Amino acid sequence: MTDTSMRSTSALLYLSGVTVSFDGFKALNNLSLLVEPGEMRAIIGPNGAGKTTMMDVVTGKTRPDSGEVVFDGRADLTKLDEADIATLGIGRKFQKPTVFENHTVRDNLLLALSGLRNWYRLLLAMPTRAENDRLAEILSIIRMEEQQHMLGARLSHGQKQWLEIGMLLAQDPKLLLVDEPVAGMTDVETETTAQVLREINKTHSVVVVEHDMSFVRALDVKVTVLHEGSMLAEGTLDQVSADQRVVEVYLGR
Amino acid sequence: MITRFLLQGMNRSLRLFVLLVLAVGVALPLLNQLMPPGSPFHVPAWLLQLIGKYLSFALLALAVDLVWGFCGILSLGHGAFFALGGYCMGMYLMRQIGSRGVYGNPLLPDFMVFLNYKQLPWFWYGFDNFGFAMLMAVLVPSILAFALGWFAFRSRVTGVYLSIITQAMTFALMLAFFRNDMGLGGNNGMTDFKEILGFSVQADSTRAVLCFASALTLALGLIVSAAIVGSRFGKALTAVRDAESRMRFLGYRVEGYKLFVFVFSAAMAGIAGALYVPQVGIINPSEFSPANSIEAVLWVAVGGRGTLIGPVIGAFIVNFGKTWLTGALPEVWLFALGALFIVVTLLLPKGVVGLWGQIKARSQAKKARAPT
Ligand SMILES: Nc1ncnc2c1ncn2[C@@H]1O[C@H](COP(=O)(O)OP(=O)(O)OP(=O)(O)O)[C@@H](O)[C@H]1O
Ligand SMILES: [Mg+2]
Repeated sequence: MTDTSMRSTSALLYLSGVTVSFDGFKALNNLSLLVEPGEMRAIIGPNGAGKTTMMDVVTGKTRPDSGEVVFDGRADLTKLDEADIATLGIGRKFQKPTVFENHTVRDNLLLALSGLRNWYRLLLAMPTRAENDRLAEILSIIRMEEQQHMLGARLSHGQKQWLEIGMLLAQDPKLLLVDEPVAGMTDVETETTAQVLREINKTHSVVVVEHDMSFVRALDVKVTVLHEGSMLAEGTLDQVSADQRVVEVYLGR
Repeated sequence: MITRFLLQGMNRSLRLFVLLVLAVGVALPLLNQLMPPGSPFHVPAWLLQLIGKYLSFALLALAVDLVWGFCGILSLGHGAFFALGGYCMGMYLMRQIGSRGVYGNPLLPDFMVFLNYKQLPWFWYGFDNFGFAMLMAVLVPSILAFALGWFAFRSRVTGVYLSIITQAMTFALMLAFFRNDMGLGGNNGMTDFKEILGFSVQADSTRAVLCFASALTLALGLIVSAAIVGSRFGKALTAVRDAESRMRFLGYRVEGYKLFVFVFSAAMAGIAGALYVPQVGIINPSEFSPANSIEAVLWVAVGGRGTLIGPVIGAFIVNFGKTWLTGALPEVWLFALGALFIVVTLLLPKGVVGLWGQIKARSQAKKARAPT
């Protein structure tokens, strides 16, 4: 079968013929997508195109009705649960920022820090030198040293977005799935976020979903356009925005 | 390592509170034993018994709070773990009666003779040994909690469904324990205890020691709970409470965390039950009644969910109110309980301890505003 030959490609993330339906409505319709190791990919598409659902499928939150989802050429993500998939090295930033509201910024990062996950190890775990250094490093990248002892609940929307990016860094996954990172950010913050993501992309693969076209332009990466659960076009931002079908989809809404 | 683990969760107010619990647990028994009965400082035995009972309720409340306040599992079945611990103690106490029972059978408790048992049922073996019985008071609730938690948490049963399952568990156990053929005393339960470890359960000195033991156990429970809650495990636990799926996406096996606190908490409830039974002198199936578990949740809500001091304070306040009201105006108690529930959920979401925090914050803000 062609499936096996595709599986042995070098793709880090491989989706083929993925369909998800909610009560008969197809949120994803025979979607195929390839992300190469080290790549950063932007995914755009109108509301309801299925972008978040795609991330739900990859992270094990939603099971596809059919289709293949393979990570790193070997792990069948449709068979694993959220914790397994996270452990394999897929991290996720949610569309609606979700940080731990009753924990400080620092503890949020500590919980995300890669490594300890077993409950019995955590009972006796003491923070190590290496962990503290890493936390300091991340706090400086996301520019939140001053807020490190502030509770998550007291952060502004933009600060929560930053904290979530910091948590992704702490988790240090092979592949980052970032859902609408600049929603609610000012232009300056948006610009900085693009810089940070490009920096992260030097050592990680990234899939980023975003509506903000100036942000996507600033990323300057290959773009995939989703529409009604399937891929509509793929290429540079200039290429896809010249595509007649893409123009129709965006003007038509 | 162990001491560092145990001390990590202690802050100043908790340290003071543990000392207070211990002070009460030492002072009351001493005032009972050392002061002559006529003296105004003499603590009567009934008061010792009452405080000892409250202390065991406080331990149960702490257990409920560990799962509900810190992990978001609203268990409406902790009364069952408490009762199982109590039954283990009851079985030990029954076997201490020996041939002093009404029927004078050296081996079989009275109710078995009455029901024409010819030999001791297998599960009564070993209960003549205090250590074994206490081990069972911890193990039996733990195993039940493990079995229930294993299935519920793996199949991701949460929220109100979990509450209903736990409530159904205690109800089912109540029906089972009412049956005579369970071999555990049927609806009369177990009573008329004579001795514990060779000391008369009626004696003032025994009551004094039991009251002290309850305070000591509660203090230990507070210290260990503080250590768990203050550890990195505790941080993960409250994170599971606040955003369970987020924890899964970070790679945490949430079930393991829930299962550990649930089992630990059930063990604590079992110990509380074992302390309760010799002080009240009876254990019967009504201890499994669903209302008991709900009341324990109310103690936590009144005192302050998600704090360690709160459940202890809540258990004392509500039970003091209950003792007083059921004496003065018995028919009012249930209404008072319902009213309390409404008042607390509407006005005091963080309980008495939260109210105290609010008052302190307000007075500090006033001080800060006042010109100096
Ligand atoms: N759990 C669900 N149950 C039912 N329908 C759902 C569910 N999740 C998503 N959908 C539907 O699937 C479609 C795709 O949703 P999805 O959230 O993936 O869109 P999106 O591309 O992320 O949109 P947006 O840009 O608004 O975030 C929408 O029509 C949505 O209503
Ligand atoms: Mg979306």
